[in-house]
Amino acid sequence: MFEACADPSTLEGLGWLACFLTTGKHLAFYGAFGTVLLLLAITAPTALAFGFGGAMAARAQFAPLRWFGKGYIAIVRGVPDIAFFLFFVIALDQGIEYLRHKVKCPDWDQPIRQGSDFLVCQAAKMPLGNSPQWVHETYGFALAVLTFAIVFGAFAANVLFGAMRAVPRAQLETAESYGMSPRQSFWRILVPQMWVYALPGLSNLWMVLIKSTPLLFLLGVEDIVYWARELGAAKTPRFTDYPHGDWRVWYFLALLVFYLAFTRVSEIVLGRLMTRLTRGQATMAGEAQRKNA
Amino acid sequence: MKKIILSATALAMMAGAAFADAHGKTIRMGTEGAYPPYNFLNDSGEVDGFEREVGDELCARAELTCEWVTNEWDSIIPNLTSGNYDTIIAGMSITDERDEVIDFTQNYFPPAASAYAAKSADADLTGGVIAAQTSTIQAGYVAESGATLLEFATYDETVAAVMSGEADAVFADKDALAPTVEESGGEMVFAGDDVPLGGGIGLGLRESDTELKEKFDAAIQSMKDDGSLNELIVKWFGADAKTF
Repeated sequence: MFEACADPSTLEGLGWLACFLTTGKHLAFYGAFGTVLLLLAITAPTALAFGFGGAMAARAQFAPLRWFGKGYIAIVRGVPDIAFFLFFVIALDQGIEYLRHKVKCPDWDQPIRQGSDFLVCQAAKMPLGNSPQWVHETYGFALAVLTFAIVFGAFAANVLFGAMRAVPRAQLETAESYGMSPRQSFWRILVPQMWVYALPGLSNLWMVLIKSTPLLFLLGVEDIVYWARELGAAKTPRFTDYPHGDWRVWYFLALLVFYLAFTRVSEIVLGRLMTRLTRGQATMAGEAQRKNA
Repeated sequence: MKKIILSATALAMMAGAAFADAHGKTIRMGTEGAYPPYNFLNDSGEVDGFEREVGDELCARAELTCEWVTNEWDSIIPNLTSGNYDTIIAGMSITDERDEVIDFTQNYFPPAASAYAAKSADADLTGGVIAAQTSTIQAGYVAESGATLLEFATYDETVAAVMSGEADAVFADKDALAPTVEESGGEMVFAGDDVPLGGGIGLGLRESDTELKEKFDAAIQSMKDDGSLNELIVKWFGADAKTF
């Protein structure tokens, strides 16, 4: 990267380290931190939206919708994450390709399944076989976000469903006696009050989500754990300008610090959010706030 | 959510329409990127090694546009059959079990020996703990040899297991072990006798991809005929390596 790094074998100490830590491979490693943060930033709100929808469906008056909501929560929570990630993503990918195949290649006469091969016409490939690598990576990333959102959405739905039931019944009865429709009392009374009951459960989910990002590698997205393993492995001088022994412990130590720091920051933010949501609520903590004020 | 899927599908379909006429499909070459000197990631993070050079040359001869992708060894065959890439070029030995699921071209690397490497030459190879990479022919061999098999996802981890004392020896392709042993400064040595395994290394392809198989077979044959394949083998594996 720098001119001084042209011949690393002449370098020593800090100069060597500076060159070593700026190789293209290391830059990819640093970029992977961005990938993980971006994934969290997109997945968390999406999963929350799925959860909210799931909880609303599970509470619905209309029976089939209620069955759907409860089924979603029960099935996704029951299936192990790793099985869901391996099976669902391949099934989703093949489903999309199958639909595109039906639309774009109506006169295709060969079977789509030949033994273990899944064959669709070239134009139906998703992404297309000739699209550049970044398109493949973005597609993989989008599949990852969707899968994470569905899995964590089911857990969030269960938390929100419980939180909605935890809101004191008297609050809703008061709303009804004021003449509010069920829809009005849901949005004006129930939803603003339920967050305080949901937050402990949701913050747990957020912590679990932070730590489950290594599942990304199952989906072909190269995340920080992949790069730490690859960079930390012992390297012989024949295949690299920067030979070193087994340094995995240092790379994983860096990951440990990253995850711990991230968890700590999350805790602080969630703590503040809890204080904010408690204000004026008919809970013990809300009452304590009122007395201290 | 529905909107996202719909608009993504619409976008993809538009993109598809624009490219549908383009001929010359890109062949995606799937490799592991963690098995030097066959394939590894170099300092700038790109696929490098013997197979990179062979693959690029084969693509040039077959007049194909190729692109390199890496995939974990464990799931390298399922991802081929489901169409995420079109070839496996990852030091994969031709075996009957694999041949039932995928197809192989003729070999571009002759049948080679596998070897044990350990901290001392008198390690217990038949009764001890032997490390090998998951789903390799070496792992299969160890499982039947009577020794306790300790499997790892990558080659690096098998070597690290021996260094840390977790395993008594590692069993892998001799050509992959050679640089590790030579540059360990005497910490690791070859142990026991070499074991010839497999029918050489070929490109893995989907069984239905017969056209691609013919193209690669012809390209490999032409590299064998003019000696350029042997030159590459000597370049990456040393003058003692077995050639065609």
